[in-house]
Amino acid sequence: MVGAHDSREARPVEAKIPSRMGDGFMVEMTRGELRADIEAATDEAARKAKVPPLGPDELDHLLDIYASRAAFTAVDIGDQVVLSCDGGGSKMTGTDLQDLLESEQRLGQDILELWHIEYSYKAIKTILPFQQQVMQNVQMMCTVPVQYGAQPNLAFYSKPDGPAENWFELLPRGDIVGARAAVDEAMEHATKDFIYVGEGMLDAGADGMDFDTTGGAGDADFFSTLRAVKHLRAKYPDAGIEVGMAGEFVIGVHGELEWEGRRLAGLWPAEQVQVCQDAGATIFGPAVNIRTGKSCAWNAAYSITVCKPAMEVARIPVHPNVGEGVGGVPVNGYPPEDAASRAARAHVDILKCDGL
Amino acid sequence: MDVTHALAAGMGGMRTAGDLVARMQMARGMRLPEAKRYVADKLGCTVRDLSDSYAMEQIRGEKGLGRILDHSNLHPGEPNAMTAKFRIAELLGVPINSVERFRELAGS
Repeated sequence: MVGAHDSREARPVEAKIPSRMGDGFMVEMTRGELRADIEAATDEAARKAKVPPLGPDELDHLLDIYASRAAFTAVDIGDQVVLSCDGGGSKMTGTDLQDLLESEQRLGQDILELWHIEYSYKAIKTILPFQQQVMQNVQMMCTVPVQYGAQPNLAFYSKPDGPAENWFELLPRGDIVGARAAVDEAMEHATKDFIYVGEGMLDAGADGMDFDTTGGAGDADFFSTLRAVKHLRAKYPDAGIEVGMAGEFVIGVHGELEWEGRRLAGLWPAEQVQVCQDAGATIFGPAVNIRTGKSCAWNAAYSITVCKPAMEVARIPVHPNVGEGVGGVPVNGYPPEDAASRAARAHVDILKCDGL
Repeated sequence: MDVTHALAAGMGGMRTAGDLVARMQMARGMRLPEAKRYVADKLGCTVRDLSDSYAMEQIRGEKGLGRILDHSNLHPGEPNAMTAKFRIAELLGVPINSVERFRELAGS
């Protein structure tokens, strides 16, 4: 009797499909290999974030998107979403006004963002009148909403860049009390700056504020931002306030900070969006950083699995980050359009998100 | 990458009604289906029309909401930029910050 797998019998060979790694490098993978990556990613995301894995239909759809040889892919007609473009534009057209007009008139962006190359609230504080004047000029010429964006970057408030002691030096020494006191001091300075810049830009005519890469320095970074969001919401009830995150979960640098009874350290997107909407944000942007050693199919499946529970509890629009190195888009200066378009479509199709 | 996302998944900004839907998300925190429905009702069109540049070019022109300008598509005498935003604020029923600022600074 011939066995089920006679070694002399010719077996079908799966076709290789061009695909990408998280650093942008092009590789060739079979449909079976892509499926294995997607399944492994959703299982890992489910285990880490303690959320359900993607269902069979979602995995099949994700596989169809990634097991295509097409150079480009897109959502179905009518399924398009709002694009909020943090740090958009090229900065190479001569002026911020030209840059934003080009983004509006030629790129068809839905929400523009005025920003400075020194993309920190602490730095913007020193040039606020200059940025206010640009905002006023931009608002005269642009039709689409223009928000102002920068990053909280709490670490800039510690020595040697800022006034507070450096908690990243105190923590390894075991000085937990000293580190927390340093974080508390930094947060006071930071929130004041976020409010100062936020009020300044909204008084200059901005349609909204963007707190981009929030939580980059952990729970304290997030907490300082939430306080500013709450203040701005109370003072400017019609302003857009977008909070975009730095990573999939909030690192506990302070460890004891809570927002209305919810501990911030260790929050994943479903909890992050709840504190953001409670504080007064109108757009939430979850961010899942790329694993460069994994395929883009793996990264998209991981990101979508982690973000999906946020869609179910959100009262405000959710715009997952799909910029360089997040949300399944390769970390590369020129993210290949095959990979970026697949990431965009995958998030919109499966998450039914409100924007990107 | 901006172009990639705009073509793969973006509503199209002022080529369509992307900016109008965005304003409802920003100012009122509306989720996408609610924001699209709200804007479509205000414009008197279907939700699918909102991301259709053919349909929206006509509608924006009729309502003076601002249109993309280029050498073969010029509309002198039609509202654009700040003047279009006065009409957008009225149409959507939400205040636009720069319009309020303009009104205040112009003394009107």
